[in-house]
Amino acid sequence: MSKSSEPIKGKAFVLGKNVDTDQIIPAAHLVYSLEDPEERKLYGKYALSGVPSQESGLPQGNIRLTKEGETESEFKIIVASDNFGCGSSREHAPACLEIAGIKAIVTSSYARIFYRNSVDGGFLIPFESFDDLSKEVHTGDELEIDQENHILKNLTQKKEYKIKPLGSVADIVRAGGIFKYARQTGMVAER
Amino acid sequence: MGMTLTEKILAKHSGNDRVSPGDNVWVDVDVLMTHDVCGPPAIGIFHKQFGEDAKVWDKEKFVIIPDHYIFTNDKYANRNVDILRAFAAEQDLPYFYDVGTDSYKGVCHVALPEEGFTRPGEVLFGTDSHTCTAGAFGQFATGIGNTDAAFIMGTGKLWVKVPETMRFVFEGASLPPYLMAKDIILQIIGDIGVDGATYRTMEFTGPGIKALTMEDRMTLTNMAIEAGGKNGVVEPDEVTEAYVKSRTDKPFEKVYSDPDAVYHSEHFYNFEDLVPMIAKPHSPDNKATAEELEGTYLDRAYIGSCTGGKLSDFRAAAEIIRGSKVKLDTYIVPATTEIARALETETIYGTPLIDIFREAGCKIGNASCAACLGGPSDTFGRLNSEEVCISSTNRNYPGRMGSKQAQVYLASPYTVAASAVTGVITDPRVFIQQTVI
Repeated sequence: MSKSSEPIKGKAFVLGKNVDTDQIIPAAHLVYSLEDPEERKLYGKYALSGVPSQESGLPQGNIRLTKEGETESEFKIIVASDNFGCGSSREHAPACLEIAGIKAIVTSSYARIFYRNSVDGGFLIPFESFDDLSKEVHTGDELEIDQENHILKNLTQKKEYKIKPLGSVADIVRAGGIFKYARQTGMVAER
Repeated sequence: MGMTLTEKILAKHSGNDRVSPGDNVWVDVDVLMTHDVCGPPAIGIFHKQFGEDAKVWDKEKFVIIPDHYIFTNDKYANRNVDILRAFAAEQDLPYFYDVGTDSYKGVCHVALPEEGFTRPGEVLFGTDSHTCTAGAFGQFATGIGNTDAAFIMGTGKLWVKVPETMRFVFEGASLPPYLMAKDIILQIIGDIGVDGATYRTMEFTGPGIKALTMEDRMTLTNMAIEAGGKNGVVEPDEVTEAYVKSRTDKPFEKVYSDPDAVYHSEHFYNFEDLVPMIAKPHSPDNKATAEELEGTYLDRAYIGSCTGGKLSDFRAAAEIIRGSKVKLDTYIVPATTEIARALETETIYGTPLIDIFREAGCKIGNASCAACLGGPSDTFGRLNSEEVCISSTNRNYPGRMGSKQAQVYLASPYTVAASAVTGVITDPRVFIQQTVI
C-alpha cells in the first residue's frame, strides 16, 4: 500500500547482524499462498521464527516477534545491525514482516535484494541509520520515526538519532511499490 | 573512459551509449526464470496487476523450472507445482520443465545453461538469489523478487541501478590438483565478508580464470550473492563459446570490459597460494582452512545443489571416495536429471560414478534443490535436529539446511568427500597426490 510520510510509531523489535532470509522466514514455510486471506496469515505466525532464540528480541533474547497462537505482532519497527535480509531472493521475507504488522525497519545496512523487494513490493519502509543502533535500542522501547526530518526518536530512552533520507527509491516507496509508481509515471497503463 | 562488461550490457539493454555506476536505468529483459517457490506468487501478482486474461510479454523468453520442493508430500508444495502447470498451459509456454515428465530438469541454475538460456551479452533475471550463476557465461544475471518478476512478465522491462564493479584477478596456469573453484570463492568471501560486495558486480578475470572450465566458473559466480554481490561475471572466451554453441543455435554477442574501465577495487590472487577452505557455522564468511579444522566432529556429508552438485563436483568426490566405505551418512544429490544420467555413464577406471557412490554406502537422491535450503520436513537429506554436516552447498546461516540447531560447514566436494571417508573434517590433500617437480 502507499506509504505516507506521517510519523511511524510503535514498539521496537531488536535483532543482530546478518539476519538472513532463512531466519526471517524458514524455507519450509515458503509454501503458503500469499493471496489467500487466511493462508497468508501463516506468514505472520512464522515471521522471524528462524532466528536463534537467544538472538530474538535483543538485548534480552528469547522474545518471539509474534506470540504463540497469534499472527500479528505487538512490535511495529525492527531495529537491526548490518546486512539485514542477506541470503535468498524470497519476497516472502519482507511480505511476512508486513503481514506480522511491521511498518518499518531501521538498520545500518541491507542486503540488496531484500531492500529492493521491500521497496518494489511496497511491504514496509527500509530506513538506514548512520550508526549501528541495535546496541542502543531495546526490544519493547517505544519508537517514533519522523520521516520529514529523518530522525528516529526513542521515546522510552528519550534519545534521538539521525537516519538517512530514502534517496532515489523515495518515489517508489511513497507510491506504494513498483506497479503504482509505473502507473503514476505512465509506464504501465492504468487499470 | 571505458566501461566494464556489466556496464556495457546494461547500457545496450537500456538504449544508452554509456551508463555509470549509480545510474538508474530501465533494461529490456532477454530471459526471465522462475521456479516452484516464487513462481506461484509472481503469477498471482501478474494476474492481479495485468488482468486475468493477460499474456506474458514474450513466451519465448519466460522459463519455468520447478526444482525446490519436488519430492515431498507437503500439500502446499505440491499445490504450487500445480499452479505452475496450470499457468504454463494457460499461456502455452514452450519452456516449462514439468515435474514427472521427461522434460523435468532439476536445479534451475544448472538447467539454464544446459538448455541454452545463458548467452553472453544478454540480461537474465530469476526469482532466486543464485541466478547470478549465469554470469559465468558473460551474461548480466541477478536474482529478483516476485513483484519484480510479475512486472517483467507484463512489460519485459525492469529498473536496475548500475553497480560498481570489483575486479578479482587470478594468476596461475591451472588449478592445483587439490584445489577447487569452491575453495577460491570461500577464500574471497572470507576475505571481503558476507556484505563485502553488496550492490556491486564481482568480475573474475586473469589467466587463472581463463584456465577454468565452465562448471568451475559457475561455482565462482554462483556464490557472488554470498558476498552480497548483485552479479558475478566472467568475460566470455572460447571455452564459453564452445559450451553455449553446443546448447543453443541462438546468436549472441560477446561483451568484454574495456582496458580503461573504472573499477571500485582490484583484488589479486594466485592459485598456488590458496589451500582447501571451509566456512564454519553459521556464516559463509566464517573462514578457516581445512587443515586448521582437521578432526572436527561430523554427523553427515552432503554433496549437491547449484553450487556443488554439478558433474565435475561428483567426479571430484568419486575420485576420493572410490574404493572406500563412507563413515558418515553421505548424501549425493545431482543438480539436474542430465547430471543424474551422466553419473551412470561417466567412469573412473571403468567404474561408473554412481556405482562408486553406491558401493561406498552413499545415499543417492533425485535431481532437485533438496536439503540445500532445508525445505519441507520430509526433504531428502534435511537436517532435522542437531546434526553437524559438511556440505558442498552455498549457505550455512542458522536453519539453512533445516533445523536451526544444526551446524553446517561449507567446503569443496573434495573436502566433503575426504571428510565422508574419514568421518571427521579432513584436508583433501591427504588423499590427493601432489606432483613434486
